[in-house]
Amino acid sequence: MNAVVPQGRRPRHLTAGRIGIYAFLATAALFFLLPLWIMVVTSLKPMEEIRMGNILALPAAMTFEAWTKAWSSACTGLECNGISVGFWNSVRILVPSVILSIIVGAINGYALSFWRVRGANVMFGVLLLGAFIPYQVFLYPLVRIFSLTGIYNSLTCIVLVHVIFGLPTMTLLFRNYYAGLPIELFKAARIDGGGFWSIFLRVILPMSTPILVVATILQVTGIWNDFIFGLTFAGRQNLPMTVQLNNIVNSTQGERAYNVDMAATMLAALVPLVVYFVSGRWFVRGIAAGAVKG
Amino acid sequence: MSSVSVRDVTVAFEAVQVFDGLSLDIQEGEFIVLLGPSGCGKSTLLNAIAGLLDVAEGQIWINGKNVTWEEPKDRGIAMVFQSYALYPRMSVRENMSFGLKMARTPKPEIERRVARAAELLQITPLLDRRPDQLSGGQRQRVAIGRALVRDAAVFLFDEPLSNLDAKLRNELRVEIKRLHARLGKTTMVYVTHDQIEAMTLADRIVVMKEQKIQQIGTPDEIYHRPANLFVAGFVGSPQMNFIKGRIENTGEGLSFLSGERRLSLAGYQFAATPLPGREVVLGIRPEHLKISGAGTWPGFKVDIVEPMGADTVIWCSDGAGSVQVRIAGSRRPAPGESVTLHVDPTEVSLFAADSGERL
Amino acid sequence: METISIRAPSVASSGTRIRRSVRTRLPAAFALLPTALVVLVVYIGCMLWTVRLSFTSSTLLPKLDWVGLAQYTRLFANDRFLTSASNIVIFGTLFISGCLIIGFLLAVFIDQNVRGEGLFRTVFLYPYSMSFVVTGVAWQWFLNPGLGLQKLVRDMGFESFTFDWLVNQRMAIYTIVIAGLWHGAGLTMAILLAGLRGIDSDLWKAARVDGIPTWRVYTSVVLPLLRPMVITATVLLATGVVKLYDLVVAMTLGGPGIATEVPAKFVMDHLFERNNIALGTAAATIMLITVVSILAPWIYVRYIRPQGRHA
Repeated sequence: MNAVVPQGRRPRHLTAGRIGIYAFLATAALFFLLPLWIMVVTSLKPMEEIRMGNILALPAAMTFEAWTKAWSSACTGLECNGISVGFWNSVRILVPSVILSIIVGAINGYALSFWRVRGANVMFGVLLLGAFIPYQVFLYPLVRIFSLTGIYNSLTCIVLVHVIFGLPTMTLLFRNYYAGLPIELFKAARIDGGGFWSIFLRVILPMSTPILVVATILQVTGIWNDFIFGLTFAGRQNLPMTVQLNNIVNSTQGERAYNVDMAATMLAALVPLVVYFVSGRWFVRGIAAGAVKG
Repeated sequence: MSSVSVRDVTVAFEAVQVFDGLSLDIQEGEFIVLLGPSGCGKSTLLNAIAGLLDVAEGQIWINGKNVTWEEPKDRGIAMVFQSYALYPRMSVRENMSFGLKMARTPKPEIERRVARAAELLQITPLLDRRPDQLSGGQRQRVAIGRALVRDAAVFLFDEPLSNLDAKLRNELRVEIKRLHARLGKTTMVYVTHDQIEAMTLADRIVVMKEQKIQQIGTPDEIYHRPANLFVAGFVGSPQMNFIKGRIENTGEGLSFLSGERRLSLAGYQFAATPLPGREVVLGIRPEHLKISGAGTWPGFKVDIVEPMGADTVIWCSDGAGSVQVRIAGSRRPAPGESVTLHVDPTEVSLFAADSGERL
Repeated sequence: METISIRAPSVASSGTRIRRSVRTRLPAAFALLPTALVVLVVYIGCMLWTVRLSFTSSTLLPKLDWVGLAQYTRLFANDRFLTSASNIVIFGTLFISGCLIIGFLLAVFIDQNVRGEGLFRTVFLYPYSMSFVVTGVAWQWFLNPGLGLQKLVRDMGFESFTFDWLVNQRMAIYTIVIAGLWHGAGLTMAILLAGLRGIDSDLWKAARVDGIPTWRVYTSVVLPLLRPMVITATVLLATGVVKLYDLVVAMTLGGPGIATEVPAKFVMDHLFERNNIALGTAAATIMLITVVSILAPWIYVRYIRPQGRHA
């Protein structure tokens, strides 16, 4: 009965199983994309259309009015200068925080993995434990300390806080990376007469590009997305974008302008989204490397 | 009846064609070794036979059945892998019986087969251990045991000993050979890049390079009558000596000529008699060069002496080039000494300089 | 004589070596000093200070009196705190198990050699790059009964459809879980997928030769191998659970009523808005104790026990 002689490639049937796989993935993709879709279309609609129409529908009369309003004139509490204020605040917080926390992390990781300093491992252990402890345990005393030194509610203060709480992850990240480098390299540099700083700057740092990229991705998204530190330490003049967004959305009086809310949300999500799409696989590498594992 | 038959098979990865119409016939009960450097396609061929890889064209027959479209489990094969591929967190017993359980084999039958395989491989005391409690050699035994319980007619080995250290490798190699003898009619197809494994285990060796079969033959044929320069150079350690030259017709028949040196080819079995003047490469195994008082080629100087225990390798040069000579260990010339080498034309190989094929 | 003349300089040189090694290590110690200070002052000092404050009667300003466990007694009689505690248990359980299950399924389905794998991966993971505030605001809008999902379904003709979890006291915490899953499932997927890709391909081949069905390979062979990745993901997700604050603030502000209050928010509110430092620090201390008691067995298994186990 079997007239076909099996030969060459096995015939592929589109089995129920294959269809099921794609159906599952497509459904899941819809679930993940839905909020983004809704944010985008809502931000492009005028308010009447939002009140009357379908939340999923494309805007009938597309307008960027909500985006301009969200950027430059939406009200965050009493002031109505839009979320642009928060955007620039976030940038001013982000740049020094990222640079400083990476420098400190790299130096720590280098000192921990190549130099035997007494007590360093105990310090590192406490630091790692600290990564798991909820911030609420540290916040109040920290506020008191900063008040006493007079830098509370300033840019310096929020940057310092980001560096302090970035220490565990950054140190771990660099320590693990440097531990993976051949120790012979370090020994050779020592024999050639290198000291602590010259070995770091001339030998180790030039080999650190991949981990620097990972650390930057991790810190840029992490610090940009921070809410609680900005709220607690930045002071009214320096509130980051996340806090401003929350103020716009959750403290408006009267009827809420959903299109403006969504435009502001999109604006606040823009930087991490760009980082995510540009960095691609590095992003996952960053998270996995930042996870405590051993 | 052939046990495994690969007929005109083409395999393609994405757009790259790996084999182009490759054929191979393996007899029942035969031990076939696929030998070649990495990337030569030997593992690909094995995976195609196993059905782990779809062929693009051609057919694969196992035990008189066309299995080209069959799933690996329905082909009547068993397979052993380089990385053992034992199921983690399952005991040795569970590892060996998992496949049978999935095939709904009756319980007493499973137990019988596991017990028999365990006994054959002397792993009965390990049956309740888990893979991470075993040494490398024990793990590979278990992996062979897992293949054994399938009662397959054809065994496929994918570099099974490559992850083991030298001593264990030798032990298990002997064990595999003994197993083949004891199982009688079981066909074995064995992939390796190790020529010792190939020489010691195989009934026939298939030497491969760049997705093509270079030569199929018994270990003796492969060693003594290599089909081309590649096979000649790949098999044998230390490597065969190659000397470039040409064929000349002198009074008493054909001779090999290289610079001042000549070698009468009386007694050499030509595959096809070449025309005089042809550019050739002469291949001589190091053990076929003899150091003697009155030899064919005088005027060599000893460069380096490498004692290896049972024998000694001597590097000799004559200004134009150098050759390796293997002699028995006891009497060694000293470096700097002048020696005369003797060559027996019946033991050499001649290859065409252009195609590399044996003449 | 010879032995002495040889030994003498060697003693001297070993002496200078010790002194030199101390001097060359000095910069390393110096470089670690700021971090050591931070560890001492912030990670240890502030923690102890918080614990100490929880035994006082501080309200607007810190006092250093001693009231014993009075704040803890008040805490465990406080509805808001009890709701917070039960909410975090609900959220933690559903969020972690949900992320692991969804993440594992997504990873397995993506691993089936599908077309557009990169696209799917990107889509599943992008929410993780966004802040909790953005996540909260987006889901608040989508689940808002007046104009969101409920209206959408009703407009499609299902007039009696009700989905008011966001404003429903009993169900609101589950909307936080949904938003959390949306944010974190992709991360779990990425970690587990990396694990799946790391599995020895020979193992898959062996299973195919043995005729073991794919699903069975996943449950019996692959899942045990993924255990380290599952642990990593769980630890990451668990730290997210403890920190749960921004999402609640942005999405429900703890409401309706106190239905979605969580411990982190309880602490923040009492420290910075309700001027009840002692009660806030007491709640923070409870958080600390909980985390440490969950962490201790994990640290034990991971770092203290392993001697001799990994042969």
